[in-house]
Amino acid sequence: MSRDVAIVGIGYTSFRPLSAEVSYKEIMYEAAVKAYHDAGVNPRRDVDSFVTVAEDFIEGTSIFDEYVPDQVGGLLKPNVTIPGEAIHGLATAYMQIASGIADVVAVEAHSKASNVLTMPHVTAYAMDPVLNRPLAANPVFIAGMEMTRYLWASGATREQCAEVVAKNKRNALYNPAAAYGENIEAEDVLNAEMIAYPLTQNDISAHTDGAIVAVLAAEDVARRLSERPIWIRGVGWCNDASSLETRAWGRAIYAEEAGKMAYRMAGIRNPMQEIDFAEIDDCYSYKELQHLEALGFCLFGEAGFLTQEGVTDVGGILPVNVSGGNLGCGHLLDASGLRAVASVVMQLRGEAGPRQLPEVETGLAFGWRGVPTTSGAAVVLSNEGGES
Amino acid sequence: MTAKIEKFPGVYLREADFQEGNVLFNEWDPNAEYAWDTGVAIGRYLAELKEGRLVGVHCRECRRTVIPPRNFCEWCFRPMDEWVILPDTGTVNTFSLCYVTWDMQYLDEPEIPAVIDIDGTQPAVGIMHMLSEVDPDEVKIGMKVQAVWKPVEERQGSILDIKYFKPV
Amino acid sequence: MSMRKVAVVGAGMTKFVRRAQETGKELSYEASKMALDYCDLSLDQIDCVVHGTAPDSFDGVHMKGEYLADGSGGWRKPYTRCYVGGGTGVFAPIHGWYHVASGLFDLCLVVCEEKMSSCQPHPQGAFLTIFDHTTERPLGPNLLWIFAMEMNRYMHTYGLKKEDIARVSVKNKRNAADHPCSLLGDADITLEDVMNSPVLAWPVQRLDVSPVTDGAVALVLAAEHVARRISDNPVWIEGVGWNLDTSYWTNRDLCYPRYVENAARMAYDMAGITEPRKQIHIAEPYDPFDYKELHHLEGLLLFDRGKAPEATALGITQRDGDLPVCPSGGLLGVGNPIAAAGLMKVAELFWQLRGEAGARQVPGQPKRGVAQAWGDLMQVGTVIVMGV
Repeated sequence: MSRDVAIVGIGYTSFRPLSAEVSYKEIMYEAAVKAYHDAGVNPRRDVDSFVTVAEDFIEGTSIFDEYVPDQVGGLLKPNVTIPGEAIHGLATAYMQIASGIADVVAVEAHSKASNVLTMPHVTAYAMDPVLNRPLAANPVFIAGMEMTRYLWASGATREQCAEVVAKNKRNALYNPAAAYGENIEAEDVLNAEMIAYPLTQNDISAHTDGAIVAVLAAEDVARRLSERPIWIRGVGWCNDASSLETRAWGRAIYAEEAGKMAYRMAGIRNPMQEIDFAEIDDCYSYKELQHLEALGFCLFGEAGFLTQEGVTDVGGILPVNVSGGNLGCGHLLDASGLRAVASVVMQLRGEAGPRQLPEVETGLAFGWRGVPTTSGAAVVLSNEGGES
Repeated sequence: MTAKIEKFPGVYLREADFQEGNVLFNEWDPNAEYAWDTGVAIGRYLAELKEGRLVGVHCRECRRTVIPPRNFCEWCFRPMDEWVILPDTGTVNTFSLCYVTWDMQYLDEPEIPAVIDIDGTQPAVGIMHMLSEVDPDEVKIGMKVQAVWKPVEERQGSILDIKYFKPV
Repeated sequence: MSMRKVAVVGAGMTKFVRRAQETGKELSYEASKMALDYCDLSLDQIDCVVHGTAPDSFDGVHMKGEYLADGSGGWRKPYTRCYVGGGTGVFAPIHGWYHVASGLFDLCLVVCEEKMSSCQPHPQGAFLTIFDHTTERPLGPNLLWIFAMEMNRYMHTYGLKKEDIARVSVKNKRNAADHPCSLLGDADITLEDVMNSPVLAWPVQRLDVSPVTDGAVALVLAAEHVARRISDNPVWIEGVGWNLDTSYWTNRDLCYPRYVENAARMAYDMAGITEPRKQIHIAEPYDPFDYKELHHLEGLLLFDRGKAPEATALGITQRDGDLPVCPSGGLLGVGNPIAAAGLMKVAELFWQLRGEAGARQVPGQPKRGVAQAWGDLMQVGTVIVMGV
């Protein structure tokens, strides 16, 4: 059996560099309460299954799923943790509903990056223990290497990447939940301290804390619960080579495949025309360009020009990262994708306030898990649709 | 299937293989350090421990008083209503006599971890802590115990501000 | 409501050994390849891959799912990892089930792997980090504590004798002598051996416990129309269930696993099972410790509370008894590479229900079996019902 699935509730906390006044349980609870209120459901009674997204070494606790059910309302109910991008968690919830085993599923993701004191070392712990880790280098070098290759292969320039940073940080000024809104010029990005050539400090999104919860529902339930359900038209995800040595470095193949899968489901042939706006991972400035091309919005090598020409500005024909993206909101680690989803949902509902785009129908959210992975997931959302 | 397949992969390495240098390996120490925000509920719990007190919380809807404190009741998903100072006495709910360390070294005297249901919680709920000043053979489920605190100047706002529980 | 039918059409596993030469990737590969070969499929034909593996701290790799992706066939494919601690081994096929039942995919490869031996000086040490970082870890808990306390509570509540519990260890280790992959199979072990083994954490003795192990298992799941085409005797997934209790384990009475009961009811409901004691012919409950088998049998509603030890003493749970339990030899006999151990039980049902379990074959042509895994802080139950 296959049935349509919609997002009927969204809740999130503000995204900020420190959240010392609340524990991770309390920050999750806040987002959950908001989401359930938005959806009009009581989790103890109405939510059938709970999906959380977390990694042990980010939380500092093994088997982190132990600590999850209480604060999302999932006590003595089906709960699972997906160590993946938040959109992998969303896809899981989607499949649970589509399969018929659940009608309403809550998805949670959060970041307490501020609590991880040795973040680069933890990230390095994800690298191959025999072949790569002994190099003992800050893993941001992987992004630097990829950017070098990407610029060389695509013809994109550092200036074009810097324009992405300027655009997204300026967009974030209109997002009250964002941490790093700033009036910044491309110049400032190029002149900032070099971290891992060609990435400067400003090319790299800084971490923030925060939590997001989304409530998904099967079609008939969704229509009952919400006046404006946001339909999941398509979802796709893919892993490329995990090994640094054998992966493709210029193109984001995981994004190409994830996009294709989501578009196939959504019946989208021409993303540039059929998708109105997008929230795409911009963990590092060049990633927005690389992902735009991989997701089929333009040809390889064109995204830099599109950015310079203002195509991806708020007023352009394909606004990208109107919320501020990771660069503007702050990077929420694996929860970034759910922040992107929340931003898309708010736009499609007409609830984006000062950031509202006029007359949007279909949006795309895409998340990437960051270095050293080649793992990404995409979801196409629309405020039109559903079978009946 | 296992009737159909004859050979299963998997090469068993022995300690000798390592000592004789037949197997190459490399080592890595993770550098994973965290500073977890205690938040409102556990922040208060630790502050009270420093004062030599146990604190719990009460949910009026579910009519329960629990420890360790939490900001919300996981049963009804509402915020908790009240803080409740609890006595530092309780009853042993379950326990073990552990003769090995975490890396499997044998101990002469057992460590005695226990779940101690704290008086005043409703329905009775517990915390984990250690028992001491008791003969291991005498420990029983249902035994009444009392917290033994570190002197006030040594307390830091930690579960270790209680040294252990001992029989009343 | 009619759900899309999904079957297991292939299975493979490595030997379960104390310390494998193979890396985690290689173990995953061996199991996956075997499963694919079993049903004459190539990796190209697989639509998606699901991986289950327990704490990253064992293998010593953060984002372990990403690291193991290529070994599990997750290259340029939709790939996700699911994680519910020890329950993962039975959750992974459930995760795979709704990948297929959702209608998104037709063929799914499910892989579970564990390489616990990487953790030095002893993998037990990794378990320290499963306890609450603020309220419990400072006490320096080791994993045996929590099992011993649960076992004590169980024995005390029902007035059980150690002998009746130890019988489970004897049964399973003897059963495992017939399993070609087993680490601790022993056809000659006696009750005295178990009762005389050194006390680790009273009441737990050394032969009550399953050991640290490396290993991997894989299954191939297929949608009905594909299963009927490629398999002579597909084993259908008839019911799935999973449930997670509160993280406040010290606030619960550990004598009964209500989360296993909830998961079992969910699975039995889906499978249309109203009288499990009559309709289930084989049970593979999770048995990391001997008393856990009994605890879980009661949670699975196969015996009254406190009555499973008596049934064991009467021989009901022997391979030729009325309700064979752990004919594979279980974790106590075959070994406990956490996530792979759970999947081993599902694989066992696959072979048993097809009449291919060789010397372990349960007589009488069993038609339906239940496998269950458990984990976290005595918290999660994952249940799967399979039938032919």
